[in-house]
Amino acid sequence: MNWKDEWKILVVILAVFLAIFYLPVGTQRFDTAVMEALHLAKWYAQEHVVLCLVPAFFIAGAIAVFISQASVMKYLGAKANKILAYGVASVSGTILAVCSCTVLPLFAGIYRMGAGLGPATAFLYSGPAINVLAIILTARVLGLELGIARAVGAVVFSVVIGMLMQWIFRNDEGEKIVAQMEIPDEQGKRNLIQNTLYFGAMVGILVFANWGKADESSGIWAAIYRSKWVFTSGFAISLGIMLVSWFELKWWKVVLTAMFVIVSAIIFKEQPLIAFTVAVIGLSIITSTDKGETSEWFTSSWGFAKQILPLLLLGVVIAGALLGRVGHEGLIPSEWVSQAVGGNSLSANFFASFAGAFMYFATLTEVPILQGLMGNGMGKGPALALLLAGPALSLPNMLVIRNVLGNKKTVVFVGLVIVMSTISGMLFGTLFG
Amino acid sequence: MKIQILGTGCLKCNKLAEAADSAAKKLELDYELEKITDINQIMSFGVMMTPAMAVDGQVKVTGKVPSVAELANILKEAI
Repeated sequence: MNWKDEWKILVVILAVFLAIFYLPVGTQRFDTAVMEALHLAKWYAQEHVVLCLVPAFFIAGAIAVFISQASVMKYLGAKANKILAYGVASVSGTILAVCSCTVLPLFAGIYRMGAGLGPATAFLYSGPAINVLAIILTARVLGLELGIARAVGAVVFSVVIGMLMQWIFRNDEGEKIVAQMEIPDEQGKRNLIQNTLYFGAMVGILVFANWGKADESSGIWAAIYRSKWVFTSGFAISLGIMLVSWFELKWWKVVLTAMFVIVSAIIFKEQPLIAFTVAVIGLSIITSTDKGETSEWFTSSWGFAKQILPLLLLGVVIAGALLGRVGHEGLIPSEWVSQAVGGNSLSANFFASFAGAFMYFATLTEVPILQGLMGNGMGKGPALALLLAGPALSLPNMLVIRNVLGNKKTVVFVGLVIVMSTISGMLFGTLFG
Repeated sequence: MKIQILGTGCLKCNKLAEAADSAAKKLELDYELEKITDINQIMSFGVMMTPAMAVDGQVKVTGKVPSVAELANILKEAI
């Protein structure tokens, strides 16, 4: 027996054994926590996957494939207009940061080869918060208010943080790399108007399919809710027409899919989810079997789905077990949560942004975790503070940032992120709490 | 030839490394595959959109994972 190699395995086995040996099965808190995890996962599966996440994956995939990233990078280069660079850096996360793993190289590139420290830190702060998937899921699960506040807060404060960084280190620009930026030269096949209409149709489908029931039974919102599937179908039809005329999909394939959707909509009149699913399956089959760029579109969307769904499921289950659904308790007692981050005090906001800055959130898992925390009494202000500081920073990515910026700038950046997130949390909590 | 895969270690970078490997094998090239994960080293190539592939120091692919066939063409041209 070679203990030198085997001891690690033994430790793991012992740890698992002890955990199961003392598993608190039968205690009420543990049993309800397990049930809460299952309930929450089921709720996500029923409410958010088909109508929200699936269209969001298609949109994210389309952004990655059809929008020319080079056209954005132009504005972040070394010779770019400085003021414009801040503006572009603060909003370009939507287009450039569709996947969290691309944020750090882009940040390092903007800093070392491009527009410099200010725009680079602005990009780093806002990028993870304003990628499409994050905004869509935040608005859907945590409410439109918080979704918009997250996007606006991230953009505004990223400019502030970027400018402060630039000002604090104005005499210390760091070593520039003279390397030429390697930007893929891609030519968009469609013009701006075509792209706008194409994305507009997809966003229209997403928005109207998820249109929530209004509180009043009459008035404009209720009227929209009643005919939300009419609107959704309208956008779907225009998307189909665009796919045929601009993306060179065979017209008969699109029409055939539409027939299937119409038939299932008639048969299962009370369950629009079925027709929607048929449409998604049809679109997937057409695009994935195509030879051209729509196949790339599907591959990229599928890539996002593969990457994000397992993490999100894990996040939902863990959040459910620890925090429970709204109005239910998980493993962590509600009082702890409301004591730490309840209300809208300075300490609650600071604690939320400080914890968020160091904690690691896998893509999108911040949403179920926050939902759990808010259900247990977390205030709206601290929630926003955590949403802003959380995805932008984590202990592992601080190490990479330190590698690029050095100790001093990293400490200042982390400090600014925590302070700014605290301030925006306070503001939001005071206005909307 | 020297094939370098640039990427901080995300899923797509590994995919590109695999695809490049099988493309090079298909062409029966005499090659050496290296993964570069240090962000400062990646920057020195001028690459900001990962994953990327450089052949003998020349950046050939940035920001995407091409198919094995496409990679084979790129490698063939680089010989």
